Amino acid sequence: MTDQIRNRIRAIIAEQAMLEPDQITDDATPQDLGIDSLGLVESIFAIEEEFDISIPFNANEPEKSDFDISNMGTIMAAVERLVAQKAA
Amino acid sequence: MTSKNSERQDGLRRVVITGAGTINALGHDVPTTMEAFRQGRCGIGPLEFRDVDRLSIQIGAQVHPWKAEDYFNRQQILLYDKFTQFALLAAKQAVAQAGLDFQGALGLRSGVVLGTAGGGLNTWDENYRTVYEEGKNRVHPFVVPKLMNNAAASHVSMEFGLRGPAFTVATACASSNHAMGLAFQMVRSGGAQVMLTGGSEAMLCFGGVKAWEGLRVMSKDACRPFSANRNGMVQGEGAGVFVFEDYEHAHARGADILAEVVGFAMSSDAQDIVMPSAQGAERAITAALHDAGLNPEDVGYINAHGTGTAANDKTECAAVAHAFGHHADRLMISSTKAMHGHIIGGTGAVELLACIMALRDGVIAPTIGYQEADPECGLDVVPNEAREARVDAVLSNAFAFGGLNAVIALRRI
Repeated sequence: MTDQIRNRIRAIIAEQAMLEPDQITDDATPQDLGIDSLGLVESIFAIEEEFDISIPFNANEPEKSDFDISNMGTIMAAVERLVAQKAA
Repeated sequence: MTSKNSERQDGLRRVVITGAGTINALGHDVPTTMEAFRQGRCGIGPLEFRDVDRLSIQIGAQVHPWKAEDYFNRQQILLYDKFTQFALLAAKQAVAQAGLDFQGALGLRSGVVLGTAGGGLNTWDENYRTVYEEGKNRVHPFVVPKLMNNAAASHVSMEFGLRGPAFTVATACASSNHAMGLAFQMVRSGGAQVMLTGGSEAMLCFGGVKAWEGLRVMSKDACRPFSANRNGMVQGEGAGVFVFEDYEHAHARGADILAEVVGFAMSSDAQDIVMPSAQGAERAITAALHDAGLNPEDVGYINAHGTGTAANDKTECAAVAHAFGHHADRLMISSTKAMHGHIIGGTGAVELLACIMALRDGVIAPTIGYQEADPECGLDVVPNEAREARVDAVLSNAFAFGGLNAVIALRRI
């Protein structure tokens, strides 16, 4: 289940970054992958659509939102939490 | 500074403002709006329209109370989208103050250029709902003439018989400044004697706000320009319209002159569709000073674009600091958007009122909602309370999505 979620997220980010999914490593930051602020907002939208979840993210204060975008690992963990909350 | 003579040595005409009108969340006219600026009153509150419960952003600066029936008859309401209604009301106030009659020759030498970003967005929204959500297969015959972006400019031209240049400018959040700048250039060059100009926006409807939500740059609680804890923009609605008149014409008829328009410049970042560039903004500011014949130290006040987003406010402060050098620490710069919201294509027009108030009344409108100093916005942002100060020249900044910048310079007369 968890691996499946992570693979789907990797596929979304890879498409956005024009990379291969296996290049989306947990420690990669959006900046490392060449994803700018607009690309990040677009990726978050695509993840919301994929999992039918709502992600709390304000581009003005990314550090304050519950959705940690520090790197791909934190993003995937946050999505897993939101998917679990939705299922609960 | 330019000479006080009625005609400049370069053959260009001097341009003055002889009328002003507005409707926005702070008031239905200029005196009420300026009083709100003096008091630092906030026009932002809970949004009220259909399906607002489906929005994640539920605040805005709406015009309250608003009943189109109070101002327009049934046939007019069928033809006028809200953005046209706002523009017409503001234009009527401006023309009444100027005391101009456009019948005859003057009408042939006068025109109108207005800014709007969304045009008749409420009309789009209502009619998409009709055909998509309600499944109806018929819409009112006036949908197209009601929603088109030039509807407001056209109705203003018809209302007053303005038979010269008339068109609409759409440069997102800089629309009004671009419109007013072009109007200024037309009067200055002698291409028109009088231009009605400014802008109008009515985007506060379900579809309008839903679209903005997508970018994730809107605040859910307040607009706090330049404050370290700012968390985004808050949308407003309304219009501002001004009478830009050839100085000689205004002087000869003994018109009351509110301010002189002395310079305008525009630039394009040519860089990013949403992220602003300090260099692009700085080029527009510097070129506007040059066009006005002003030295940086002549400017006492800048009405900032000041959206309250993380990106705009620090970029704008960097641009001002660079353009003005040491004088940046002495001038005042405030954003009135925390009071009337971001009126998008109409915002520069409503904000020009703060510039006129500074020059004419010696009162600087404050940046309200200011709570925490941000080292990246280290200018005198006139926090929270209006200030009395005599200023001789002012700028109004507008930096739009798409990287399109437009800066206007006014001078006391």
